[in-house]
Amino acid sequence: MIKVNYSNKPNTFSGIWIPFGVGLGFLFVVLGIFNLVLDNYILHIITVIGIYIIAATSLNLTNGYTGLFSLGHTGFMLIGAYTSVLLTYKVSLRAAYNLPSLPTLLGGANYQWPFLPALLTGGVIAAIVAMIVGYPVLRLRGHYLAVASLGFMIIVTTMAKGMKSFTRGASGIQVIPHYSNLWNVYIWVAITIFVLWRILQSAPGRAMLAIRESEVSAQSQGINLMKYKLYAFVSGAFFAGIAGGLYAHFTRSIRPYEFSFSMTFFIVIMPIIGGSRNLFGPALGASLLIAMRYLLKPAEEALGVYGLVELIYAALLVSVMLWRPGGILGKESRAK
Amino acid sequence: MYGASYIYQQIFNGIVLGSIYALLALGMALVYGILGLINFAHGALITIGAFCFYFLLFKFNLPFVLAIILTISLGGFVGFLSEAIGYRKLRGGPGLSLLITSLGIYIFIENAIKLLISPQPYAFFNPPFLNRIINSFITFRVIDIFIIITTIVIMICFGLFVKRSKIGIAMRGIAESVETAGLVGINVNQVITWSFVVASAIAALTGFMWGAKYGQISYNMGFMPGVIAFVAVVIGGIGSIPGAVLGGFLIGLIQIFTVGFLPLGWSVYRDAIVFTLLIIVLLIKPMGILGRRESM
Repeated sequence: MIKVNYSNKPNTFSGIWIPFGVGLGFLFVVLGIFNLVLDNYILHIITVIGIYIIAATSLNLTNGYTGLFSLGHTGFMLIGAYTSVLLTYKVSLRAAYNLPSLPTLLGGANYQWPFLPALLTGGVIAAIVAMIVGYPVLRLRGHYLAVASLGFMIIVTTMAKGMKSFTRGASGIQVIPHYSNLWNVYIWVAITIFVLWRILQSAPGRAMLAIRESEVSAQSQGINLMKYKLYAFVSGAFFAGIAGGLYAHFTRSIRPYEFSFSMTFFIVIMPIIGGSRNLFGPALGASLLIAMRYLLKPAEEALGVYGLVELIYAALLVSVMLWRPGGILGKESRAK
Repeated sequence: MYGASYIYQQIFNGIVLGSIYALLALGMALVYGILGLINFAHGALITIGAFCFYFLLFKFNLPFVLAIILTISLGGFVGFLSEAIGYRKLRGGPGLSLLITSLGIYIFIENAIKLLISPQPYAFFNPPFLNRIINSFITFRVIDIFIIITTIVIMICFGLFVKRSKIGIAMRGIAESVETAGLVGINVNQVITWSFVVASAIAALTGFMWGAKYGQISYNMGFMPGVIAFVAVVIGGIGSIPGAVLGGFLIGLIQIFTVGFLPLGWSVYRDAIVFTLLIIVLLIKPMGILGRRESM
């Protein structure tokens, strides 16, 4: 069954903004309390969780709701990260780090972009790339799409490694300004979940769900498959770009291979474990997996058993697939 | 420009790399034909095979032939296990759940190796007789010839197996339709298990080849060849085993030519070029070079 709230008063002011306002208020009260009582290390973990919630939730628009299994999400995160970093990078450090100065069109050599416009630009560029890539790739189904999108991710990471004059190649970019914090990350978490909720309540959202159930029957209802697949893919890519930008300005150093297969796997399994047919499933998966990673990392390092965390993730994934295919928040049904 | 010897050398190298991809694609096409599954875990078998051979030959000092036989057996056994644990229960469910599970199994095996053996790459030494360099018109080692001949032998055996043996015929029947095959009395479970065992055993052997050819093995060495093998299956034509082999050789040649003939900075892109080719093939000729139209 489809887990979306089909309420009867969808498009009224009170039906949209009151849940959003209440949710946002609640979220920020909780975060405010966290900010007062918890130490910096735990706040750091909570911020990381927020970034992954954005990535996993937006990925779920294609992977969970539209039934397009994409493995290319981190490619868009990489695009968003590098775009925003190249715009916000400090003017005084550009020469030392061999990064090009901005062309006149983007503000000239002595201009450093503020964070928000740079972040949005990163998201928009990722969305544009998604539109260009999606048009050919989304004609494929199932397994073909999975491998083609994985290929897209590999193409993007090798390009980031190869285009040395923009990205410094494999050595990556360091000393990125530290703009992301608990508050702006969670504002974006709220925006992502809200936008996704609105999309799923709207006609395009229903079209996406129909495409997931059966492309043939969706098409016979007059749904333009390519249009709605692109809709899902491009909106997912926009938020992936945002997540990438937030990630870059939080960790303050990025390398092409950070956005490679292990991160892809990490993000792809979050919605599956949390429950890919529930709006909050990916968020739950993200919180669970990252909390687990930070809890187990000390043990992993103390015992010298590197790979333990991923091993547990993989075992968890296979167990969920075998015994609870809908994820933790999913319904018990085994959809065929 | 390049001399004739250089060009032949590159073609030869391409054929060696292509042989490895072709063997992997063979197993992948077998499994895909029967279950419709891209088995990401196929790549993990490469790693298992490489490490297994390494330990048998250099730590336990077993004879070469025995080490090869044990490596192949272990590969087959792991294939059997992964099918019995992971895939059997999910068969007939949504198509993607098998794919996701195979991703999980791949990550599990990769990290089990990382945890149990080492996160660092190992240097892979060949037995001396495989390292002998033959330097005539083109330069090669005995291992290169070994890889090519083994590939040819396996392909002939595999062709006979699929065409003549009872299980092979049953495999082709299941690839046509699982339901019908069950109706005419084929033991579907047994045959699917056999196809995993055969595919995984071959993949484990390629693990040895990869290590022997490139001299380094690491816990994540299998991923890229595994994915490229699937690309070879798609390029050659889904459902066609000769197509998969052709695709494997084609990709091997293209990768070697990328490194050998394009300017120096381009060698970074050798994997990216394969995927670009994949996307182009899927758009122009979605059935692949030798493929038949799939009933969706």
